[in-house]
This record gives sequence, C-alpha cells and structure tokens, in this order.
Amino acid sequence: MPRSLIVILIPVFSVAAALLLGAIMLLMLGANPISGFATMLSAAFGSLDGFSATLIKSIPLMLVGVGICIAFRANVINIGGEGQMVLGGLFSTMAALALPGLPPLLLVPVVLLAGIVGGALWGAIPGALKAYFNVSEILSTIMLNIVAVQLMNFLLRGPLIDPGEIERGTRIPQTARLPENSDLPMLVDRLNFHSGILIALAAAICAWVLLWRTGLGFRLRSVGLNPDAARYAGIPVKRSIVIAMMLSGAMSGLAGAILVFGSESHRMVTDGSTMGFTGSAGFNGIVVALFGALHPLWTIPSSILFGGMLIGANSLQRVAQVPSALIIALNGLIVIFVVSTEWHRKRLQAESKVVNEDVVDK
Amino acid sequence: MTHSDSQQVDSALPASSIETSLEKAPMLEMCGITKRFPGVLANDNVSFDVRAGEVHTLLGENGAGKSTLMKILYGLYQPDEGELRLHGKPLRLRSPLDAISHRIGMIHQHFMLVPTLTVAENVALGLPSQRGPLTDLKRVSRRVNELSDLYGLQVDPAAFVWQLAVGERQRVEIIKALYRDVQLLVLDEPTAVLTPQEVDDFFTILHEMKRDGRGLIFISHKLQEVMDLSDRVTVLRHGRVEATTTPAQTTRNDLAALMVGRQLDSATRGNRASLTSETPEVFSVNGLRVAGDRGVDALKSIDLQVHAGEILGIAGVSGNGQRELAEAVTGLRPILAGDVLVDGSAITGMTPKKIREAGLSFVPEERMRDGAIGDFSVADNMVLHNHTESQFSSAGFLDFAAIKTHCSKLVQDFNVKTPDLDTPTKNLSGGNIQKLIMARELASNPRVLIAAQPTRGVDIGAAEYIHQRLLEQRDSGTAIMVISEDLDEVMALADRIAVICEGEIMGVLDAGNATREQIGLMMAGVSDAANSQRA
Ligand SMILES: Nc1ncnc2c1ncn2[C@@H]1O[C@H](COP(=O)(O)OP(=O)(O)OP(=O)(O)O)[C@@H](O)[C@H]1O
Ligand SMILES: [Mg+2]
Repeated sequence: MPRSLIVILIPVFSVAAALLLGAIMLLMLGANPISGFATMLSAAFGSLDGFSATLIKSIPLMLVGVGICIAFRANVINIGGEGQMVLGGLFSTMAALALPGLPPLLLVPVVLLAGIVGGALWGAIPGALKAYFNVSEILSTIMLNIVAVQLMNFLLRGPLIDPGEIERGTRIPQTARLPENSDLPMLVDRLNFHSGILIALAAAICAWVLLWRTGLGFRLRSVGLNPDAARYAGIPVKRSIVIAMMLSGAMSGLAGAILVFGSESHRMVTDGSTMGFTGSAGFNGIVVALFGALHPLWTIPSSILFGGMLIGANSLQRVAQVPSALIIALNGLIVIFVVSTEWHRKRLQAESKVVNEDVVDK
Repeated sequence: MTHSDSQQVDSALPASSIETSLEKAPMLEMCGITKRFPGVLANDNVSFDVRAGEVHTLLGENGAGKSTLMKILYGLYQPDEGELRLHGKPLRLRSPLDAISHRIGMIHQHFMLVPTLTVAENVALGLPSQRGPLTDLKRVSRRVNELSDLYGLQVDPAAFVWQLAVGERQRVEIIKALYRDVQLLVLDEPTAVLTPQEVDDFFTILHEMKRDGRGLIFISHKLQEVMDLSDRVTVLRHGRVEATTTPAQTTRNDLAALMVGRQLDSATRGNRASLTSETPEVFSVNGLRVAGDRGVDALKSIDLQVHAGEILGIAGVSGNGQRELAEAVTGLRPILAGDVLVDGSAITGMTPKKIREAGLSFVPEERMRDGAIGDFSVADNMVLHNHTESQFSSAGFLDFAAIKTHCSKLVQDFNVKTPDLDTPTKNLSGGNIQKLIMARELASNPRVLIAAQPTRGVDIGAAEYIHQRLLEQRDSGTAIMVISEDLDEVMALADRIAVICEGEIMGVLDAGNATREQIGLMMAGVSDAANSQRA
C-alpha cells in the first residue's frame, strides 16, 4: 500500500533531513559529523549500559507522549506535562512519606497511584476551565506549570524537607530518602534498570485499547472529531473534555512518580526549576507524540529514539566538546520537518479524500 | 494570464449571442472521465460538456457519481482517465486554486463557509486583497452590496455566517461565486435547502447569470425544477452516462426511469392516520419560548401536540424558527420558558442523552454537522448515540462484532450504498449519509421522532422509501413531527399541518382539506387563512 508506506517514510525522511542539517551544524562547530553521529549512536544503542540508559530516559517521554495522544484525540492540547509531572512527583512522595510501613507489594502501587492522582488533578483543572468556562487550555496549562514549580519549591523547602537537612543546617531542598519499600523493583540491578519501562509500555498499550476499543475512547474521539455531532448524539462533550485532560495529566503524573521512585537517590529534589526535576520531558513528550503521529503505539519507538538522542547528545558533548544545545536544535528541526512533511502527506492524500466540507465548521 | 485568455466569454456578451450560444462550441468539455475509489467505480468513461449561457443538468440517483464528476471539474480530485478542455484547450487542474484561477466556481452540496467569520470575510477568504497582506473588507462589503442589488440577493455583509439560516448561506455562496466573476459555476444540489419561494428567486438569479454568458451545471433531485430550468440534461447511472437530452424531448417520468433504470410507480401516499378523540397525546410543547442566535426570540410561546400514530408537519419558510424548535425540544438549545412533554412527563431542560432515553429520536437538518461524524466509519456512526447499550458494549468495551451485525442489517434495510462498514462516512454520497442517519434514528423504534428535512438531497427512489418508512413508523404508533420546507413533502406525509412564521404558529390545518394556497398565505404570515377554513 503506497499510502501506508508514505506514512512510515515521513518520520524517516524528516529524521534524515534533520540529521543532515545537524551534520552541517557540527561541521560549522569544527567537529566531524560522521564520527559525531557514530559517537551518539554507539552511546545510545551500542552497549547494554547505553541502551538501558536510553530506555530509562524514554520512560517519561513515552508516558507524557501517550498522554498527549489521548488529549489530542479529544482535540485538547496539553502543554502542561511539566506541571503534571511535578504534581505526580509530589503526590507520590507524600504518599510514600505518609505510609512508610506498607510492604513493597502495596506501597509501590500506592505511590504510583498517588502520582496518577496528582497528575490527573493538575490536568482536570485546565480541562474544566476549557469545558465550562471556555478558557484556552494552552494558556491555562502553561500557567499551571508555573504554579506547580512554586508549589514544589515551597513543599521541598518547607513541609517536606529532609529533617536531616535542617539539623545539618545545609537546607538543601529535598526530601529524606524515601522508604525502601517504595523503590521501584529492579530488572537489572547493576544498571539501575528499573521496571518503569514496563509500566510505560503497559500504559501505551492501555491507551491504545482505551481509545479504540472502549466506549469511553469512542466518545473522546467523537468529541475530538465533531463536537456538534457528539452533543447531538447525547455524548457529554464537556465532561469528555475534562476526562481527556485528566487522563492526559494522569500519564504525566505517573511519569513524575516513576522519576522519583526510579531515581538513584530515591528522593525528590528541586533545583528551583521544573526542568531540574523533569528534564523537560513534559515538553519533549509533545515532540515525541507528534513524531509518533499522535498514536500511542507509535509513541513507543518514537520515545526510545528521542531517549537515545538525549543520551547520545550527552556523550557527544563529552567526546566532541559540542554544546548539547545542538541536540535541542536537532529536536526542533525534526519537529519542523515532521510538521511540514505532514502537510505534504495531506496533499498527496487529498486526491483520494473527500474534502470534508464541514471541516471548516470547526 | 488566465484572466486574459478567458476574456472572450466575459460577462458582457451582447444579447444577440444568447440564441446562438447553444450552437457554439462548448466552453468546457470533460472527455472520457473515469474515477475509481476503493471498491467503487464512481465515474466510468463519462463525457460531458457545457456551453456558455446554458444550464446543463446532471441527474442521477444517490451515489451515481455526480458530485465526484464535479469535484474533478473543480480540481478536488484527479481523474484516473480522461481529460478536461476549456475553450478547446486541454486543462489540468491540480487543486481548486487552479479551478478558481480559470474562473470555475462550485457551490458544494455541503456548504464551505466558515461560520465564525462574517459574510464579507467569507467572500474575501482565499482571494488576494488589493491592500496586500491586509484585508480590505470595506471594499468587499461594498461589492457584496452591489452584487446583491444587481441580482436581487439579500445578504448583510456584516452578519456572521453561523447566524444565517441555510437559505441565506446559499445566497452567500452565490455572492462568493459572483464576486469571483466565474465563467462556469457548478451548483451541487443548491435547491435542496431552499423553500419554493426561494427557489423561484434563485432561478431568476440563474437566468440572470445565463444571460451574462456564464455556463451553469446544475444538480438536483427535483425533477420539476430540472424540467423548468435546464437547457440540457445528462443522466448518470452507476457512474455511466445513460443519456443526454433536452426537457423538450423528454418527460419527468422518462427522466426518472432513466435514473433508476426502471419505471417508477407514481407516488402513492398512505392513507391518513385514523385518529379518535381517545388517541393519546404523546408529544407536546406548551408555551415554548426559545432564543435565536441573533438575540431575538426565535420562538414566541408556541403550542403543539402530536398524537400517537400521527404525523404533524411543520411548514414554513426557512429561518422562521424551525431549526430552533427542533434544537430546543431535543435539548440542544436552552429553553427560556414553557414545557416539552413526552407521554405527559416533562423533558424540558434535560440533557440530549436523557431526552433520547425518554424515547425521542431526531433526524437533524444539517446532517454533516450534527448527524454524523465524517471521519468515523459507517458502523461507528450507526451506534453514535447508543454504543453504551449492553448489546454493543460490556464492561466499557465495545463489542465490534455486535455493532457490525446491527449495522449491516440497517445498511441493508435502508439500502445505504457503501463499499463496506469500515468506510469513513464522509466518503458516502450525500443521500446515502441521510439514509444512514434515518436508519439509525428509526432503529430504536422511538416514541417520538423529530425529522428535519428528512429527504433533503435524497433521490426520488430513496425519498419515496424514506416516506414509506416514516408512514410505517407512524402506523406503529410513533408520534412524528416532520419539519420540512418542501410543501409537497409536508402535504404528502402529514396528517395535520402546523404553519410557522416568525416564531409563531399561524394555525394548524387538517392535511386532508388544506390547500397549497391556504398554507402559502399562512407561511407569509396571514393567520386568518386558518380561521376562515375552520369556520
Ligand atoms: N473520497 C471517496 N472515497 C471513496 N468513495 C467515494 C469517495 N467519494 C465518493 N465515493 C463514492 O463514489 C460514489 C459516487 O459518489 P458521489 O458523491 O459522486 O455521488 P452523487 O451522485 O453525488 O450522490 P448524491 O446524490 O447522494 O449526492 C459513491 O458510491 C460514493 O460512496
Ligand atoms: Mg452528491
């Protein structure tokens, strides 16, 4: 089928084009692009250690990306992944601190659930604002990101701070070592390769099932495609928008919880910014989702690729003395290429497609 | 460039050329056009041409391939085989932009206006502005006013499109084409949405455009119009040209026979419902007051009753509160005052879902906007409102096998033409989407059915079938309210006819002895007509 071939070729083409531009940038920085890319590739995928680091990096990207897919299907744009991750981290941390006595078999699910609740809550707010008060979710999610970071700084500097930090007078804004019972189970101890990847994979598959196999997903998609027809058919449009944002936030919240309980320090730390906690996964997840054609399953390879790029970039920076900002630039280039080739694909398909006159109705 | 070589058919042709125009070489030719879609041969070696100053009608059943052929002419689709020629020169249209630059215009079966923009903005959309990147809406508005004076089209350039009734939107589409000074205009079922009065006005405009030397392609399922308006008629059947003829050489019945490939029975209508004083009142609205989009009340305290096994027809000129009535009773529009009752219990102000559960079904006027989700499959759209029912879902998971079985039965029952059940609904022809919606709304055997324009855009065979189903549904005890701007349809279906004008019911007539004249007077706002009849 030529059409499906086109769909697969687009991301390949856009990566190739972005890499080409990246190579030119490397050349201008005085580095050899071939060996530069070789370094990146071998660092990210060339060894077991590297690949495990790549997968660990991809976990929050995958989860946030899947959340973006869900929201997008209901025609909601969630830029609040950062804040939702922070809330997920905070809620799960508080749960672990509150219930230190629980056995691992209970405590791990409880903290993950707490993370989900925190993220869902932080997603529900912009969802409700959009559904009931017509507030743009793009603005409200970005503003809630700022609220979230202030909340995190306040809690980690005050109520949640490690009592030891106060005794020592160092006052580093971080929690105490969280109860060992809440540590995520390890898959490979030596590599600190924890089970978060399995959770993320399961989440992606669940999201796919949810969207295309359940009544709820049917409603979310119908609201996203044609809210007028959905309303006419008795589907609660406003509630569906809130649910979509909650689910999207829940995914990011889960990502935040996994960041805390899969971290090597097993505590939540802040350097004052969201990025310090999330590594910008809340934003990069959007790129990952776009790159995965906003499909939860395609988001899996997409997030692994991006995780690998981030790992590769770190080593490129070390080996070739290239600023890792180059990778951020590469990210941006890929987005631009994906979006613009998407336009070409639409054109190619336009022939076999009825121009749906009522598209303009929305 | 394109402008200069099309000057030869410029708008100001001398009057003497009118008579000779039919003998002239065709302005546009479509030669041997073939277009395939997955599972469908939509156009099969079709040849078709239009001359300057003529109306050439395309006739055919739902799904015969009319819109597809016209979309090829407008650059929306590329033909698999065959070619286009404009003034004898081969023409390749890569997109509608190409078509527009050759002064080819199209008014689509489903309008292409942006509701959130004003009339003037819609007209200016996609055209280069005299002021470079800045729009020049004042100039556009002035020209819109000029054109509407010239052709007698009433449109307010500052009104938002979402505020306009369908008939008004139609006029905006025509203004848009006139503004672009098209030499060839395709009108895909333009009259489906117009009232008889509007159709007359509309035809006057078309005659005007003909006189300008423009070529017009007209698509309609209403044979009388076709006979009245056309210079030539081409009948398509299953994607092939069946015949090209002129109204003088044929009859309505012959055209119908050509379309469907068999002689149609002359329309028989069912006997009227036999109502007695005991027949229960199933659906009623009391003192219903509803706001319109433009702030004024669209409905001013109206009362209506529908009995079990009765069809109440709502006749009236488009934009007199019909849409608001349907939306209010189905929960899509807030009610300011009054009550809506189903079987004696109030459904006023309930959610659309609750109202459906109370036994009310609704066939909406704007099928592509409200009735179906274009990107959903045929099967998905069949269960849009009831996918939560236990027969289609268990524990939150959809049972696709059950949905398919249910859907394929309905598709068969209602003869919906679709390659398969997974086809995106937007790929069906307009009439077939209407049949799909009708099938879905009747499937639940509702207590009350509100049907707005039930046969709009549906071919005569299918319209007859839908009427049949409505009558059957009535006979099985459903209370039906048919809202239609097609007076023939109302008179054929209804047991009683309520005439609406400016948000008020001018009177309710017994369909058995109502006359067109009487109804026409009431539609124009004369309420005495009803009283004099009753007396
Ligand atoms: N984009 C498409 N993809 C697949 N099939 C299509 C597409 N467009 C049209 N078809 C099919 O081609 C056939 C012709 O459709 P078309 O819309 O041209 O019919 P029509 O004559 O305009 O009918 P109507 O009177 O109902 O508007 C139909 O069977 C329709 O399902
Ligand atoms: Mg059509």
